[in-house]
Amino acid sequence: MTLIKHEMKQGRLSLIIWTASIGFLFAVCLFLFPEMKGEMDGVSEIFSSMGSFTEAFGMDQINFGTLIGFYAVECGNILGLGGAFFAALCGISVLAKEEKEHTAEFLLTHPVNRSSIVTEKLISVMIQVTIMNVIVFGISILSIIAIGEEIPWKELLLLHLAYYLLQIELAGICFGISAFLKRGGLGIGLGIAAIMYFLNIIANITESAEFLKYITPFGYADGSDIVANGNIDIRMVLPGMIFCMVGIIAAYIKYCKKDIA
Amino acid sequence: MYAIETSGLTKYYGKARGILDLDLSVNEGEFFGFIGPNGAGKSTTIRLLLGLIQSTGGSARIFGKDAVKDKKEILNDIGYLPSEAVFYSGMRVREVIKLSADLRKKDCSDEAHKLCERLQLDVNKKVEELSFGNRKKAAIVCALQHNPKLCILDEPTGGLDPLMQREFFYILREKNRQGATIFLSSHVLSEIQRNCSRAAIIREGRLIACDSVEELGKTNAKRVTVRGDIHLSGLPGIRDMQKSEEGVSFLYSGDINALIHALSENHVYDLNVSEPDLEEIFMHYYLDGGEEK
Repeated sequence: MTLIKHEMKQGRLSLIIWTASIGFLFAVCLFLFPEMKGEMDGVSEIFSSMGSFTEAFGMDQINFGTLIGFYAVECGNILGLGGAFFAALCGISVLAKEEKEHTAEFLLTHPVNRSSIVTEKLISVMIQVTIMNVIVFGISILSIIAIGEEIPWKELLLLHLAYYLLQIELAGICFGISAFLKRGGLGIGLGIAAIMYFLNIIANITESAEFLKYITPFGYADGSDIVANGNIDIRMVLPGMIFCMVGIIAAYIKYCKKDIA
Repeated sequence: MYAIETSGLTKYYGKARGILDLDLSVNEGEFFGFIGPNGAGKSTTIRLLLGLIQSTGGSARIFGKDAVKDKKEILNDIGYLPSEAVFYSGMRVREVIKLSADLRKKDCSDEAHKLCERLQLDVNKKVEELSFGNRKKAAIVCALQHNPKLCILDEPTGGLDPLMQREFFYILREKNRQGATIFLSSHVLSEIQRNCSRAAIIREGRLIACDSVEELGKTNAKRVTVRGDIHLSGLPGIRDMQKSEEGVSFLYSGDINALIHALSENHVYDLNVSEPDLEEIFMHYYLDGGEEK
């Protein structure tokens, strides 16, 4: 518990900045919607006739003129990508930073099992990701109420659940990698999140690359698919959760035996 | 029971040697010195005792408990002072001290307060504002506030001014009198000589000597200083020959009659034969490997 509190304090500023940034962009997007709604017929036509670009962002499956269609693409990209970056950064740095910043010697010479350290650090990452998502969800609901639109609860919950799972998966994978690093790995974390995002875009454009959706968490968190189908594709979620578990287990195995330089 | 006992303790970093076959015993309640040149394996030994790294072979026991299996229990009894203390940036000194106590699940506020006063440590400063010496003081408080049974100190006085060094050793001697075992790794031989009852010397990963400081200081060699026009080439038992305009000074461990005979063939103005100081003896261990004890 001590370490969870300590990690939460250490990550407080980063959490505030990321949550405020994503929440602010969410609110701005939603407040723009009423103004754009009237012009959406034309916009939707344009968006739906841009060939590969349309498919890449799933705009062939949803109506951009409806709140949920607009939300799935615009807000989905903000929370999908922004949340992925935040979760990846949290996961990749939480174990590696101790060695990078030479604080591992301080921490590991106290009577705390390494497995407890891994557990408490993992919990702190998950709490930070959860807090960010809950606050962004709250901002989203309040913004929709503020612009006088009806809240599409089912789709909204499904979308946010998918983005949350996406972030948990990325955090878990990066957490596993973090245990192997000695010098921090912010670039690796951001790189993984970005590659996963682009893998989904490639999967959307090319039919032969559709299998990539089972690799990238952006596959099951594709807003247009969720809104169009009314569910999250569990066949894509399962491999993702397995990747996440593998990452977490790898972190325990590696960190508990690691030589601390 | 031994506070520290290692048996054949070995560590390789890949192919690079860390320590080799180290057999070391430190009695409970002892003030023990651990000496060696840079890269000799002092820090590797300490890191193995603390469970920061895993051994390639052999074993280490602290108060009879296995350093690997019972690591958490062992660390409860240890206070460790690293040579370079690094803390979490953004934290204040009092927060670091509290975090250290919380990680031990102990309320050490009284002892921490006393130590901070004695070391004149400002607990409201942020750790990144601290000088090297003040960071060291914060680390001392973290290492000693829980009254550990074993204090492992790695180059502890670096950065401390002479007054603080004196206060620090007062504190250590108090802890030692109260029953704590002190394991002091240091390059400063006078610190070892003044404070430790026994010491071990490590060189190139191997323990080359372990005895009471008094015994370690004993040697057959004498420091011979001769003023005059002196030529002693070919005389066996001469080491560390230092020539000056006035004469020569050297460590001599050969036959004293042979030396007197050789000197009688020279023009000697003055002759001084004395015990070598501890520094010279340790230099002998460092440079030549010394005798296996």
